[in-house]
Amino acid sequence: MALLVALPFLPLFLWSFAGEWRFPDLLPAEWSLRGFRALAEPGSRVVEAALSSLLIGGAATVASVAVGLPAGVALGRYEFRLKGLVVFFVLLPILVPPLASTMGVHLTFIRLGLADTSLGVFLVHLVPTVPYTTIILASVFAERGVELEEAARTLGATPWRAFLHVTLPTAAPGVAVAALFAFLVSWSQYILTVLIGGGNVVTLPMLLFSAARGSDPVLTSVLALLFALPAVLALVVALRYLKPGEGDGEQEGFVGLGGKVS
Amino acid sequence: MDRRVKITLLLAPALLVVGVLFAGGLSAAVVQSLGYLPAIGMTEPNLDAYREVLGSRDFVDSLLLTVYVAGASTAISTVLAVLAALALRNSAGRLSAAVFQLPITIPHLVAAVGIALVVSQTGLGARLAAALGLIGEPSEFPALLYDRYSVGVILTYVWKEVPFIALVVLAALRGVAGELEEVARTLGANRWQRFWYVVFPTIAPGVVAASLIVFAFTFGAFEVPYLLGQTYPTILPVTAYNEYRSIDLSSRPAAMAINVLIALITALFAAAYLRLGRGLGRG
Repeated sequence: MALLVALPFLPLFLWSFAGEWRFPDLLPAEWSLRGFRALAEPGSRVVEAALSSLLIGGAATVASVAVGLPAGVALGRYEFRLKGLVVFFVLLPILVPPLASTMGVHLTFIRLGLADTSLGVFLVHLVPTVPYTTIILASVFAERGVELEEAARTLGATPWRAFLHVTLPTAAPGVAVAALFAFLVSWSQYILTVLIGGGNVVTLPMLLFSAARGSDPVLTSVLALLFALPAVLALVVALRYLKPGEGDGEQEGFVGLGGKVS
Repeated sequence: MDRRVKITLLLAPALLVVGVLFAGGLSAAVVQSLGYLPAIGMTEPNLDAYREVLGSRDFVDSLLLTVYVAGASTAISTVLAVLAALALRNSAGRLSAAVFQLPITIPHLVAAVGIALVVSQTGLGARLAAALGLIGEPSEFPALLYDRYSVGVILTYVWKEVPFIALVVLAALRGVAGELEEVARTLGANRWQRFWYVVFPTIAPGVVAASLIVFAFTFGAFEVPYLLGQTYPTILPVTAYNEYRSIDLSSRPAAMAINVLIALITALFAAAYLRLGRGLGRG
């Protein structure tokens, strides 16, 4: 099974270091670092695109955790009328493709001067990221009881201090998972960036896309590996530094999608 | 603070983001699909775009392809995921868990590029076939990219989605299903009976829920078919995007009409999924 998981990475690694690799050779006849050198070449735009991806992804992460945290508290801790409807509404952008809403919002963005800007791209990235942070954090707060916080209250802490110093630290691994997830979702966006960025905002997936449509498997593979890097790092961080259970946060988030929230 | 005010305030930022950027965008798509685009002088709302789209051969072909790709990807992923979960449930190794979760976090584009380099006519598969003497020229290897059957697209989705469904199944297996199976074993049920009468009914709701998500997702996803799919027919999101990009602005309403139809269909699946989820919660 590990072999099947690794299978698509095999040609990516081989091509990344390939010099000459003609059909039907099973392995490259020559090895080279041409692809990696091409990344750093002045004309390659890779560094610029990676920075752009990082910047938009970072901003989307901070904003969607900031927005998802209070909503997660509300959905995880309280029962209220119309809760089912709110959950449905917030979850909708995960299953209804944001492509449809983004085409709709495009004209307004043009009128507001948000089209073709990083700010505009950042804003549409929130459509897929906010549902994830909200749902993940809702399941995090649903799991944490209110007992500790109540104990702090009886000891004289204000509600805000009790939340900040008692509840939030215990929820930190869950917040980290939500943040990782938000970053990866933003990092992976291609079509929303193309639509709103209009070619003015160039991110890594756009370079990968045009490389994949071209005829240079070496450059394509190097870009693909670079593009996959944060996903691998995120998984390592999640499994290594977050407690087991929390560590399966990716799973927790998805499973929580249905089980815990509704 | 009043409880209701507090809850409203806590929810406000998220509802604002989803309400303005998502629901607002969809509403604008509906308005434009009705042919109301004052910017280009279209001010008479009508249903022409829907008549045009629903009556066209292109749309029907596109819809059929989309249902086929989403259906095949979902069915294959679900079956493989259940098998993988059954195989994995007794191995609690952390490394295998990590490796298994990798496809969930890897971007679809990376998966698509990797799969393409495996199954293309000069890919690893073809090279292996040549080494085994099965083919001589690349063109003798079956075309699995940009093909009628969308093999490359479906393989990419299967690679991405199997671990996701399998993790849902694993969670169910490690819970109640395992205990019930033990009971069935002590009562003398054989392997097949235990699976069919005990394990399967327990994991079924989770499997159905996860499959609904995968179906809705693959129905509306853009990137993989845009990269590895054939040029005609294209799946619905790609068709909508091509209409949207066309220089002729009068095809905007048609693009938006397709968007609205995609949104309606996927929203139905979202509703079915949430209903199921709530049912699970009660049971």
